[in-house]
Amino acid sequence: MTPETIIQVENLTKRFGQFTAVDAISFEVKKGEIFGFLGANGAGKTTAIKMLIGLSRPTTGSGKVAGFDIGKQAEQIKKNIGYMSQKFSLYNDLTVAQNIRFFGGIYGLSTKKIKEKIRVILTELDLQSVAKKPVAALPLGWKQRLAFAVSMVHEPEIVFMDEPTGGVDPSVRRQFWENIYQAAAKGRTVFVTTHYMDEAEYCDRVSIMVDGKIEALDTPNNLKNQFNATSMDEVFLKLAR
Amino acid sequence: MKILRHLIQKEFIQIFRNKAILPMMTIMPIIQLILLSNAASNEVKQVNIVVVDQDQSESSRLLHRKIIANERFKRISTSFSSEKALGYLQANTADIVLEIPNNFEKHYLRGEHPKLQMLVNAINGQNATVGSGYLTSIIGAFNAEIMPVAATGVSSTAQLSVASRNWYNPELNYKHFMAPGILAELTALLTIVLSAMNVVRERELGTIEQINVTPIKKWQFIVGKLVPFLCVGMLLLTVGIIVSKLLFDIPIRGNIGLIFGYAVFNLIAVLGLGLLISNFADTQQQAIFVAFFFIMIFVLMCGLFTPIESMPKWAQYLTIPNPLAHIISVSRKVLMKGSGFWDIRWEFVYTILLAVVFNTLAIWSYKKQT
Repeated sequence: MTPETIIQVENLTKRFGQFTAVDAISFEVKKGEIFGFLGANGAGKTTAIKMLIGLSRPTTGSGKVAGFDIGKQAEQIKKNIGYMSQKFSLYNDLTVAQNIRFFGGIYGLSTKKIKEKIRVILTELDLQSVAKKPVAALPLGWKQRLAFAVSMVHEPEIVFMDEPTGGVDPSVRRQFWENIYQAAAKGRTVFVTTHYMDEAEYCDRVSIMVDGKIEALDTPNNLKNQFNATSMDEVFLKLAR
Repeated sequence: MKILRHLIQKEFIQIFRNKAILPMMTIMPIIQLILLSNAASNEVKQVNIVVVDQDQSESSRLLHRKIIANERFKRISTSFSSEKALGYLQANTADIVLEIPNNFEKHYLRGEHPKLQMLVNAINGQNATVGSGYLTSIIGAFNAEIMPVAATGVSSTAQLSVASRNWYNPELNYKHFMAPGILAELTALLTIVLSAMNVVRERELGTIEQINVTPIKKWQFIVGKLVPFLCVGMLLLTVGIIVSKLLFDIPIRGNIGLIFGYAVFNLIAVLGLGLLISNFADTQQQAIFVAFFFIMIFVLMCGLFTPIESMPKWAQYLTIPNPLAHIISVSRKVLMKGSGFWDIRWEFVYTILLAVVFNTLAIWSYKKQT
């Protein structure tokens, strides 16, 4: 593992009974990369991501995230990563500011740091006017951007995002990717799953998962050349046919 | 510590923002307390009796009058026919049929020990036992009163007399007995339901996943759930005791602080069980069903409605892991008898043991990683 490798996975497998959801995948992610984790619904993306962030124990295989073993040091990993789930999972009955304070608090930030974080996030996302409103009252796109900001409240090295743009409109998706670029510009590694192939073009490198296996892994341009395609969409269709 | 503070703060915000929880915590238990304490009574206030007087003598009429003079007995009918009287028993309109045989007085005066027949409707065992007890004591008093006069000096030998006093609840006030128990029961019910639904609710909403990717410790999570509901339970208990004092004037003979001190451990035990249930449930519905399984057993075996002493031996042992049985025992002992700490030490020991076991299991069964 070179100093620049921040995620390294070897033969990671997850079985549920007879069904193999993730089948011996191996890959590496470099520090500061925007790594796209692509695949159709049910290809095993979410299962794979859950093993990386310590929510799910691998059946076999090994891996390291931020220098810690995913099998034995899951709690150590959790200090160094942020996670934004596919399903909105901030507290709907807490206000915007309360959510930021709560998650800042359980990551152990100081009161002063929490105050500053609340101010910065509200300003950056332009949410000052709704700071005291329950999150339930916000439109989905705003919620998603808030969830992304909250997942990075403790300034983790890596952010994992599971289909962050599912169900939001194109303009919010664009804003969202701007936020992702900002995070990457600060040296943060971004690990993002999606099934929007246009979003794949925004990634530094992408892997494409089909039926639990990684079928392709390279930069978007190399993949297009390799599969003789003009867009990632075409690459994907050729792989998943 | 600071992490814990944030968890507790968040839980309180959610409790007070939830419009269903506040009335559940305040109005509902008070209504139940008032309703149940007044209604749930085992007292036998009226016994319906049919007297079949075949003798129609002075003595038999005197006995008859003595019985119906007692306010607890209500005469449904008098009859000369046993069969007709049994009809009342069959129709459930009479609880007791007393039959005074022919030649009752004659035999009595001859000192031949005439026999009265008492037929008791024992479908309701409590009613039957208490009713026949009353009747027997009236007949006994009648016996003692008439005998020396009638039987010319022969049987006026020394007789035992018993003077009984009711201690701790001299007026036999049923509400004094029931209200603290019902209050304990309501508190346990509310806290177990709230805690059982809580973790699983976070699982259903998906918020627990966001918690599970943070480095918080499992015990922090459980304690963070425990403390807010403990406060809710203690608040309910305080309100309930005030209401009981104002409405039913329940006696507070012991140290009220002892009750609250004990209640803390009791609620921790109950909440631990609730959280344990919540960890294993997949949906709130499941959690409620499992919680009710325990609630039914706890309530019916806690000694509130049926005394633990009259249960079979094995069932008496089963009340040891029942936190409700202990809190009812403690509240009665402290409130009505004025017992001190030493008198309720075993309740403390068992409850602390339960609290430790349930909460350890709750922490163990909370899985951050599957």
